Amino acid sequence: MEKVFINSIGSISTQRTFDNNDFLEEITTYEDNIIPAIEPNYKDFIPPAAARRMAKGIKMGVVAAKIAMEEAKLLNVDAIITGTGMGCVRDSEKFVTAILDNNEQFLTPTSFIQSTHNTVAGQIALGIGCKGYNFTYVHSSISFESALIDALMQLKLKEAKNILVGGVDESGEHTNAIHELIRHIKPEKINTNKLLQSNTEGAVFGEGANFFVLSNNKQNSSYAQLLDVKTFNTLPKSELTTNLVEFLNNNNLSADDIDVLISGNNGDVNFDNYYLELTEGPFKNTQQVYYKHLSGEFNTASSFGFWLGAKILKTQYLPSEISLNTIKSKGFGIVLLYNQYRGKNHSFTLLRQC
Amino acid sequence: MSKGVAITGMGIISAIGNNVAENYRSLIDGRTGISQISKINTLHKNSIMVGEIEFTNGELEAKLGLSAPNNYSRTALLGAIAAKEAIANAKITDIKAHRTGLISSTSVGGMDMTEKYYYDYLESEDNRRYIEGHHAGDSTEKIAEQLGIDQSLVTTISTACSSAANAIMFGARLIKTGQLDRVIVGGTDCLSKFTINGFKTLMILSDTHNTPFDENRKGLNLGEAAAYLVLESEMLVKKEKKKVLGYVAGYGNANDAFHQTASSENGDGATLSMEKALTVAGLEPKDIDYINAHGTATGNNDLSEGRAIIRVFGEEVPEFSSTKAYTGHTLAAAGAIEAVYAILSLQNNIIYPNLNFKTPMKEFALIPQTKLKEKVLNVVLSNSLGFGGNCSTLIFSKRP
Amino acid sequence: MSDLKQELKEKIITQLNLEDIAIDEIADNDSLFGDGLGLDSIDALELIVMLDKDYGIKLTDPKEGKKIFESIEVMANYITKHRTK
Repeated sequence: MEKVFINSIGSISTQRTFDNNDFLEEITTYEDNIIPAIEPNYKDFIPPAAARRMAKGIKMGVVAAKIAMEEAKLLNVDAIITGTGMGCVRDSEKFVTAILDNNEQFLTPTSFIQSTHNTVAGQIALGIGCKGYNFTYVHSSISFESALIDALMQLKLKEAKNILVGGVDESGEHTNAIHELIRHIKPEKINTNKLLQSNTEGAVFGEGANFFVLSNNKQNSSYAQLLDVKTFNTLPKSELTTNLVEFLNNNNLSADDIDVLISGNNGDVNFDNYYLELTEGPFKNTQQVYYKHLSGEFNTASSFGFWLGAKILKTQYLPSEISLNTIKSKGFGIVLLYNQYRGKNHSFTLLRQC
Repeated sequence: MSKGVAITGMGIISAIGNNVAENYRSLIDGRTGISQISKINTLHKNSIMVGEIEFTNGELEAKLGLSAPNNYSRTALLGAIAAKEAIANAKITDIKAHRTGLISSTSVGGMDMTEKYYYDYLESEDNRRYIEGHHAGDSTEKIAEQLGIDQSLVTTISTACSSAANAIMFGARLIKTGQLDRVIVGGTDCLSKFTINGFKTLMILSDTHNTPFDENRKGLNLGEAAAYLVLESEMLVKKEKKKVLGYVAGYGNANDAFHQTASSENGDGATLSMEKALTVAGLEPKDIDYINAHGTATGNNDLSEGRAIIRVFGEEVPEFSSTKAYTGHTLAAAGAIEAVYAILSLQNNIIYPNLNFKTPMKEFALIPQTKLKEKVLNVVLSNSLGFGGNCSTLIFSKRP
Repeated sequence: MSDLKQELKEKIITQLNLEDIAIDEIADNDSLFGDGLGLDSIDALELIVMLDKDYGIKLTDPKEGKKIFESIEVMANYITKHRTK
């Protein structure tokens, strides 16, 4: 079995992350319940003719992919695998609205074409002329992890050398409005630094795109080694620790080997207790970090967590703003990520320093 | 040659039947499921034809024993019916007995309910339970629940019209690499105003019965359907002495990287996906006994796919036909629908007619099989091509 | 006629999101597709809807659009001849 490395990253998020030389040097704080991505100047990356039909999510995905490709010094890859929970919601909303408001008349194709879930993967392929394997996973909070599982399988078996993997979700106005109504979004505006003390239902919704070149060929730019990923559609709290220990054992590791736990807490009083199982359980003496106060919650927010893990392992630095406890690890060798959304679609991801 | 992955069960619901037996009956009787739309009140009802499933949502809910209020989209309802048939067909009684996953696919997801209650959600609380049912993964979660699959690998693929073929491909790879012992794979999509109007804006909907590979083809008919296969590991098949219906022998996925919606004139993507699938199966083009083509009956698809078939098979193109004239184009489900049809053709040594074909296309000499034909079939190839340049090919075989 | 041409240019720029192109950069006889303005088949479908919505001209075959949308000049002539609103 080949080892698999994260060779490059590209991130557009609600923090200023599109410059790979920077690592959360200046944190942007918000006082809101929906937060927007900080965008680069897209014109620096996408020709106007290609960009003119792209909604925000597509631009974020295409540009994050481009940043990752450039850092890995690649012009093409063997496969493109994306994850997106909601797909291109802005175009979907636009087309549904047009259907309803115009009673199915005078509709134009652009928003329909752009609304399909595989638009980002298709646009990236079109942009770089990649005729290889092209997949899009669309399964809520494990959309990105499904893409990782697929890529890992191909790279470990040497079916591919370089795979572009990413998670992307944009927020849409109507989607946000209705999710606020059903309290998936917090009713109140909340300060970034007080997210976990909110004691209210729902999350602060964000958006973003995080792309990575995964490869079985280590290079100078490599960030970390990707050891393993596992997902579960359901997982009762009582079974969480057992399953995690089994996952670690399968990788010849135990809880004590983990230097940093990256936890997916989003401040939802109804569901953050899943994380407590680990943070107050097997990892209570492990350094813990969280990130959704910086990135917001969205179906592929865990790709921001993955970005964070890769950055920590490469730079051996950990910004204090993401600390969940006061424990300090001596060095950062192995990072574990755990995420779930509303008690479903759980994932464990293991990274190692390379 | 690497070994194929065993298929031990299948289930389907489409415009030509509510289960596998009914679908097969319609296929050999040459009975189309294309008609005027009755369940969606669309402005276009007199200018389009569709492949609609006879049951209402209420009837589907009753079949599943769901009580009201629930928040199943039609996509989820269809998926659950077909997946349950597949499990029963594979004679699985204890779903938790082995590491069992579910890889489903959809393009419409819960859009049928979203478009119905889009503004209503903002005004009234009555239907807000459907909000959570919109995202593409929701139908998959519900199918997993209906089958009792928990604490497992359950995910969803959406690559437009090639989605279900990709779900079958990913599932087969998970079995091959030993990550799962058993996996239910397939796809589901219901009709919606969203897709009807979407394809209408692309001006590729036919106002009459679709005619794949015909010179005078006018476009596609949309359809709704769901189909699932059960794939099992060699170890499990041996241990439980399972009856094997056929094998997933090969698979290939490629991107046309040509245009956002249209296929390249020369069918680069489809050529690549067929070639890759043959390589994985360790087979030569001459080993293919029948091609179930994507054949949507759009001007662009049939030309591009036909050229790709010629590029791969040269002068020796085996019998081929598209079954879209029976079912309509069922979008994300199409790859799974046609996988079931491919296995049925292997089991029965039958090639289905390409209905409605009259005039050969002027660009090439390809003529689809237009009459039901008996032929000893060992290997069948199935194409699924989609928006975003997605091209997928699956190869099914009688023997491992 | 020249008003119509101006109107068409404006509409094409807004409808097709050609934000980097100014009205006076489109000459009446420039080809809109291919080497000229670089429009493609998706734009053609957008323009077909525009003909229907704004000028009451219904096209049923997208191929017809190819000739009509050759240039602003050709488009304006066609619209003048066939418009119902």
